[in-house]
Amino acid sequence: MKKEVKRLGRSIGIGLAIVFGLVIYAYGFKVIKVNLDETRSPRRQEQLVRILRALAKPDLIEFEQTEYLVDLPIMVPCPEGGYIPPEQDTSKPYIVVTPSCADPGSMAQIEGFNFAPNAEGPINFIPPSQVKLTLGRFQADETGHFFLTVKLPNRKTTELNHLTATTRTRVGGPSLSQNAIDTWDKIVETVFLALLATTLGLLFAVPLSFFAARNLMKDVTSPLLNVSLSILALPVGAYLGAMISNFAGSTVNLLLKDSPLLNLIGALVGCALLYFAVRWAVPADELQQPAIRLRVMRIAVLSLAVLVSLLSLYMLSSLAMWIGNTLEVRLGSIGFLGTFIADLGDILGMTLTVISALAGAGVLMSLTDRLGRKIIKATTKPMAKGIMMVMSAIAGAALFFMIMAGLDWLYQFKNAALTIAWPLGLGALLGLILSIRLNPRDNFPIGLVIYYIARTIFNALRSIEALIMVIVFVVWVGIGPFAGVLALSLHTIAALAKLYSEQVESILPGPLEAIKATGANRLQTIVYAVVPQIIPPYISFTMYRWDINVRMSTIIGFAGGGGIGFLLIQNINLLNYRAASAQMLAIALVVASMDYISSRLREETI
Amino acid sequence: MLQIKNLTKVYEGGVQALTDVSFDVPKGQFMAVIGLSGSGKSTLLRCINRLVEPTSGTVIFDGEDVTAASDEELRLIRRKIGMVFQHFNLVQRSSVLTNVLSGRLGYVNPAWSLINRFPPKDVQKAMVELARVGIEDKAAYRADELSGGQQQRVGIARAMMQDPKLVLADEPVASLDPVLAHSIMQYLEKINQEDGVTVLCSLHFLDLVHRYADRVIALNEGKKVFDGLPSEIDDEKFKEIYGREAERVG
Repeated sequence: MKKEVKRLGRSIGIGLAIVFGLVIYAYGFKVIKVNLDETRSPRRQEQLVRILRALAKPDLIEFEQTEYLVDLPIMVPCPEGGYIPPEQDTSKPYIVVTPSCADPGSMAQIEGFNFAPNAEGPINFIPPSQVKLTLGRFQADETGHFFLTVKLPNRKTTELNHLTATTRTRVGGPSLSQNAIDTWDKIVETVFLALLATTLGLLFAVPLSFFAARNLMKDVTSPLLNVSLSILALPVGAYLGAMISNFAGSTVNLLLKDSPLLNLIGALVGCALLYFAVRWAVPADELQQPAIRLRVMRIAVLSLAVLVSLLSLYMLSSLAMWIGNTLEVRLGSIGFLGTFIADLGDILGMTLTVISALAGAGVLMSLTDRLGRKIIKATTKPMAKGIMMVMSAIAGAALFFMIMAGLDWLYQFKNAALTIAWPLGLGALLGLILSIRLNPRDNFPIGLVIYYIARTIFNALRSIEALIMVIVFVVWVGIGPFAGVLALSLHTIAALAKLYSEQVESILPGPLEAIKATGANRLQTIVYAVVPQIIPPYISFTMYRWDINVRMSTIIGFAGGGGIGFLLIQNINLLNYRAASAQMLAIALVVASMDYISSRLREETI
Repeated sequence: MLQIKNLTKVYEGGVQALTDVSFDVPKGQFMAVIGLSGSGKSTLLRCINRLVEPTSGTVIFDGEDVTAASDEELRLIRRKIGMVFQHFNLVQRSSVLTNVLSGRLGYVNPAWSLINRFPPKDVQKAMVELARVGIEDKAAYRADELSGGQQQRVGIARAMMQDPKLVLADEPVASLDPVLAHSIMQYLEKINQEDGVTVLCSLHFLDLVHRYADRVIALNEGKKVFDGLPSEIDDEKFKEIYGREAERVG
């Protein structure tokens, strides 16, 4: 009895589930506005057929054609005393109209002879005003004869009108149409767009991916005092680095702007100095800590070397720009090589500021890290705790102030209490609370904090399609492939960094442990234990991403990002389906071959 | 040389891996650590160079407190402690030479090592160490092209590159066949006797313990249950270490 009730309940349950499922799909049909009448309507079907036929004939090839014109004078209406048309040359194509003159608006029969077999073309009516009117199209049979009834236009004149039959015949072989040439240009642009975006993405994603790898970051811990000092050191160091770099840049610009020879000598001398300085100050092997004087000397020499190398890099940049600009003019058709060199020089100059800001931050942070350790070691526990609390409060305040400054820049609050007092107070309070809960020697998991921040940023960036990002970049650098490259690069950075970091997380822990046990530092551990393990998956994912980028760059033009999509959307909007078809074909070919090439390359590298 | 005092390790999640383990290892001793799988042998060895962070207790190595060392001090201590692993832990895609040279990472200047440049005398030393374990002809091979026994010899060469005072060997022969096991153990014995390197080696097979070790300690569920000469392990002791149901094999 009980069993049956149970079974009944089950059946009802299943029935309800099915009904529920049906309701969901019914609602789906309503939302999607499924309209089957449209699919059956003859008008729509006719359009569909037209488009399909256009798509099946991509506009790739055209033939050169010559026009052959047969002319027959005709009077509309008939003049008094009748009209006899001039004699036709019957050895060539000719037309005869019956009647030879007629009232406006009446019907006339046109008969053609001696035309090329299967020739076709328009029958035009040309009044004295020369504004031609197409009366119809003729189609000759195999013998070159045709017969067509047309309606004469409703216009009176006493002068001669002309009836013409025009045929076009192909001469010579096929040639590529203008559309095919444009498509080729744009598909090349598309492939390079994908290549540049992947390369740029790769350059940023590789270093960033380590920050998003949990197995590496969870070991990065530091006492809270050091973290606080580092937070304070970060902006100061970055600012100092950027200042030094700008100083070097403007010095070079001021002194050596227009003398490539001095730039060349400067860059060479700088490199040589750098080489000797590094050889002297960075010995290959060091078993004991050297004396303090030697260490100070080394630091001084290295700082000088950094300045010299900055100067010579700026000289190199300005040299490259000079060479590039000169070559651009001289090289003619391959002048783009010169432009490329000049652009590389420009990029070098631009990135130097960023790099030296990062380096400045890094140097100052490592100095404050040492300072923090010294403080913890040299002071008593309550004293260290006191210093830690003060520094942590200051760091918290500074951090919140910086975050708020960023928000203020975006939203323009114009409210001093909100942008200064609140973040300072809140940050200090949070810093203080954190420092009260921790001991001076406790390790704060700063690595995990960075890991979560990096992950969040990558996930957020990844969830915005490049097609949407390009809208912002189009505003910045204008419509064209450059905007597309920037948008795709940004998306690639986030996507590749995520994929890469997952590869770092899945490496074998054994070698990592072994290298750590030899007394290697963190960077050495990464280079010797992590990098060899991740090279094959990195290559494979980069190929995969290039493949995706090729596909993305075919449509990024829809939003103004250049490439073939730009041409495609234009032709679709102009209802020029035969031209659009050529572009679709090109996309299909490129994507398919890219698919094949990338999978082959991936097989080769693993 | 090595003093371990009241070492305790509780993993996150509450697994008690070591409970109050204390012992001293004098210089030049070949000491074996035995016990069932999961008895805490690996954790004990890893606590000594802090690959695993001990929960409490102290490790004194060569007069330095390992447990209280800062990151930088720990690095300097670690380079004096070589380590050999059960699964060799070589970097599979790197060459044998690079694997051996990586034992030198704690000594060389970090900046040069990042671009894979080692001083010539380190490269020479690497070749000497490879010759000592009889595989100098394999230096240019990729590590994963070598057999298990050869890989473990690379592991020993890597540890020896550190000029270690102590070698921690975590079941160095557990993934090798008995013949290879003896040859690997002989290399460890050689560095113990010729170079005077202290060896702390966890082992599964008692015959290896009898053959090679000067002294043995036994762990059971994280507690030290035996400390003495290998010859002192009779059937009664054996059952105490490995449990009542255990039977001796070899």
